[in-house]
Amino acid sequence: MAQININHLYKRFGHEEVIKDINLQFEEGEFIVLVGPSGCGKSTLLRMIAGLESISSGEICMDGKRMNDLPPRARDIAMVFQSYALYPHMDVARNMGFSMEIQGKDNEARQTEVDEAAGILGLKKLLARLPRALSGGQRQRVAMGRAMVRDPSAFLFDEPLSNLDAALRVEMRLEIAKLHKRLGSTMVYVTHDQVEALTLADRIVVLDHGIVQQIGTPMELYETPANLFVARFIGSPTMNLIDVHAQQGQLSITHAQNTIDLPELPGQSSARHLGIRPEHVQPVASGEGHLQGTVEVVERLGSDSFIYVQVEGAGQLLARCSGNTAIQADQSIGLSLDPSHLHVFDAEGQALA
Amino acid sequence: MKSILTTGRYLAVLCYVLFALFPLYWLLKIAITPEKLIYTQGTALWPSTLTFENFRQVLFYSDFLVYFRNSVYVSLGTAAITTVIAAAAGYAFSRFQFRGKTIVVILLLITQMFPLLMIIAPIYKIIAGLGLLNTLTSLIVVYTAFNIPFATFLMQSFFDGIPKDLDEAAMMDGCTRLQALRKVILPLTLPGLAATLGFIFTAAWSELLFALMLINSNASMTFPVGLLTFVSKFSVDWGQMMAAGVLALVPSCLFFIFIQRYLVKGLTAGAVKG
Repeated sequence: MAQININHLYKRFGHEEVIKDINLQFEEGEFIVLVGPSGCGKSTLLRMIAGLESISSGEICMDGKRMNDLPPRARDIAMVFQSYALYPHMDVARNMGFSMEIQGKDNEARQTEVDEAAGILGLKKLLARLPRALSGGQRQRVAMGRAMVRDPSAFLFDEPLSNLDAALRVEMRLEIAKLHKRLGSTMVYVTHDQVEALTLADRIVVLDHGIVQQIGTPMELYETPANLFVARFIGSPTMNLIDVHAQQGQLSITHAQNTIDLPELPGQSSARHLGIRPEHVQPVASGEGHLQGTVEVVERLGSDSFIYVQVEGAGQLLARCSGNTAIQADQSIGLSLDPSHLHVFDAEGQALA
Repeated sequence: MKSILTTGRYLAVLCYVLFALFPLYWLLKIAITPEKLIYTQGTALWPSTLTFENFRQVLFYSDFLVYFRNSVYVSLGTAAITTVIAAAAGYAFSRFQFRGKTIVVILLLITQMFPLLMIIAPIYKIIAGLGLLNTLTSLIVVYTAFNIPFATFLMQSFFDGIPKDLDEAAMMDGCTRLQALRKVILPLTLPGLAATLGFIFTAAWSELLFALMLINSNASMTFPVGLLTFVSKFSVDWGQMMAAGVLALVPSCLFFIFIQRYLVKGLTAGAVKG
């Protein structure tokens, strides 16, 4: 188990800065998820922690010890690759025990460790197989088993589930959560999938263009996004955003005549964007509520219904109600916004609170 | 319809195989034709009587075994040295970025652009200056130099086919880069090594031009040069020449049978998704 400190970390490829002044502190046993769109620098950051990518400036410390110049093998970190990176010429048992083989541990000790990890991951029957004879999910398990056998002070995961199909992804996500609970190790997990981030993380680090946008627990990020980027990125379906401006103590929709009759919001005078999550928008009878519009599409998922409503000047807004709904497409309806769950952002996209 | 297509395909392959193997067949046929029948039954597909006299002559009354031993020595030496150097260079080209990499690659390519005839004279001078004329070492040095560029590109493409993730996974598992190379990457490159060995061996085995230039003592002739001794001023001893040719095919065939199992592709399947 390890505490990881990252101080003023930079990574440059030529003149391009892909990691810009990142400062983070991961506590012992914490499950940290680095999330962001592709090209945001999350994988680079992970590889820098692993020692696979050099550090341009700044430092990475584990338990107070500076890691910058240590090769990967000296960092006591295990990594699960997106491609699994199993050794194709070794059977499952040897793949999992490879780190101990390198350390020169004897056969018996290796076998005990491998058996234990295989037991946890349900791989006992597959130990003699070669990777090519395994399914995607099994390969994923072997890759995790290989990391477990090392009993490292920290685990790194680089998009470990993105090569699996949807059903298997949910299953393996749960496995990883259980594994973290069982081992209690520090884990750093990279993904572009915000659902994985929300479900797994103790804390999420949202990255964009090599800059940390926000750090917080999943619910902090969901309920109080620090800026427009986080508001858009976290949550599925995404937050409704309406361009607005303040006018005589009221919020007006920028591209239409109508004002929205809402209680005074903090920082309202400099508000440019109004955000509200779909579950806080309720369809009401036409003429009532804060906004008027026409239903375009209704998606029924059984547990929820998604109602897409075209509102003049505000574009398409989404209301989410639980269960089924009687609302039909092309119907005129009103939308009621829950005033206690509104988010306002200024012209720079920063949240106003 | 499908069966017609399949039959057609087999016919096409059969035609190709016949076309490719016919010269080899002819080689064998002449080797076992008695000398007096070579001209009288020259175009017959099979001679009326068979003989192994040519083989006996070649094996016991000519210097063939010396040539043969020399060729094996030169070819194996060239193949081994070239493959080791090419594997190291190919690995570096595949895995590292370093200053001057592009220049080295371009230089390697340029060496492949000139006809070898152009550099016979300078090579001769260099080898003579080194006092290596008439030695098998000179051939190994020259062949190795010629074959390294191509072999390097060949090895690089094999290393490129092995995901970098495997190097990195091995290094995360506690390997140094060299250990990762030895324990993970090299075993996966065996087909590549085998292909390179085979290719270079064959190239060195059949090389004539430089062997002819650099060697003129009977004791250090390689097999292709030795074959020319069957051509005398007034006659060509076809039967013995062909018999020697058949015998010369044997090591090439053995070599390929030996490396064939490494040439089978798909060894890296299962390493990564795809």
